[in-house]
Amino acid sequence: MKKVMGFLASKPGIVVTGAVIGILAPILVHFGNPGNMGICVACFERDIAGALGLHRAAIVQYLRPEIPAFILGSFIAALLAKEWKPRTGSAPLVRFVLGAFAMIGALVFLGCPWRAWLRLAGGDWNAIFGILGLISGILVGVLFLKRGYSLGRSHPAPRALGFAMPLLALGLIVLAFISPLFGRSAEGQAIGPVFRSLKGPGSMAVPIVVALAAGLVIGFLAQRSRFCTIGAVRDVVLFRDPHLALGIASLLVFALATNLVLGQFKAGFVGQPVAHTDGLWNFGGMVLAGLAFTLAGGCPARQIFLSGEGDGDAGVFVLGMIVGAGFAHNFNLASSTTGPSPYGPAATIFGIIVVAIIGLTFREKNA
Amino acid sequence: MSESRDIITVDARGLACPEPLMMAKSALNRAGGKIVEVIVDTTTSRDNILRMAERERLEASERVDGDGFIVRVERKNP
Repeated sequence: MKKVMGFLASKPGIVVTGAVIGILAPILVHFGNPGNMGICVACFERDIAGALGLHRAAIVQYLRPEIPAFILGSFIAALLAKEWKPRTGSAPLVRFVLGAFAMIGALVFLGCPWRAWLRLAGGDWNAIFGILGLISGILVGVLFLKRGYSLGRSHPAPRALGFAMPLLALGLIVLAFISPLFGRSAEGQAIGPVFRSLKGPGSMAVPIVVALAAGLVIGFLAQRSRFCTIGAVRDVVLFRDPHLALGIASLLVFALATNLVLGQFKAGFVGQPVAHTDGLWNFGGMVLAGLAFTLAGGCPARQIFLSGEGDGDAGVFVLGMIVGAGFAHNFNLASSTTGPSPYGPAATIFGIIVVAIIGLTFREKNA
Repeated sequence: MSESRDIITVDARGLACPEPLMMAKSALNRAGGKIVEVIVDTTTSRDNILRMAERERLEASERVDGDGFIVRVERKNP
């Protein structure tokens, strides 16, 4: 067991993690998840926000089991490796704000960093603008880090705090199983307490047990290997360290190959699933997201895995993203397949200003 | 950070990525042949510093310290 745990934290381990995500994501699409969205942390948290009624956009409401399974997979891996460490206190309020604006940026692009690479691997060239934006946002974040940006230290917390996110995850999974028993309108539309899309991306999903299994496996592997799509770029720039970047390269290669095998590779800009063709705001949305993720210390999936291993601040970031998704749809900031909403660009610029102020003003005291 | 005649000690506990590694690197740049000891509280930070040491061919060792680790790094040929 110890050998397996050690292997996963090594260089082959990060490549294996990227490969497993790269293979599983297109397979999840094949069996029902939305196009080029086998796994998307931003989209799935947004769907969860919809399922919980935090927004009422009818086509994106579903309690995606992959996200709570990520938390539990990481929780189990951290327990087995004796890395489960309840901790908090590193500017949680700021992390909430970063999470909310990261989500708003990601929903202007229509995807998290994982989905940006998965879209590319499916032939969606619009993702190139998103990835360029993501890299630009990370580069700006690195500049802030070099100037001494820090959200300060976390401190050991009572064990109960470390159970908060895993218990929340369990609760969401229970709701996912029993929500068909809840209220329906005469047309079959869910009317709460848990909402469920009848059409659109929110209606497209693999069976719950399949989603759970995939989520648990990925959560376990990613906790062990520290897979992070933000760290991948950041570490190359800051330290010339390609370790995490190998994970992305592996994800890209294996996702491309799996898409080709399954006949899901379709190259072009127009008509791509759950995507729009506005290059400027594909870029701009991801500048905001990339900057916010960098200032929070990791990509949205990494925040989920950290929350599973007891990091309460990462948990607050995740909750910030879910609430941000609520605002993104309630305030009509999220893009649709026809392009950015009328308010998306302004929200993106506002978000970049807020996040940049955080980057400029936060320093660790008593460094 | 504290500094004795031969050892520079950096406390990177509780800090998020990539701060512990940045602190370790900046201490090494100022070390001028001294040993740098970085106190960290996660295996992620420990492994990041050990990987950097391997990449830059530094002498590195680690030991358990309470709930965390102390990673000791020095340049072999200053």
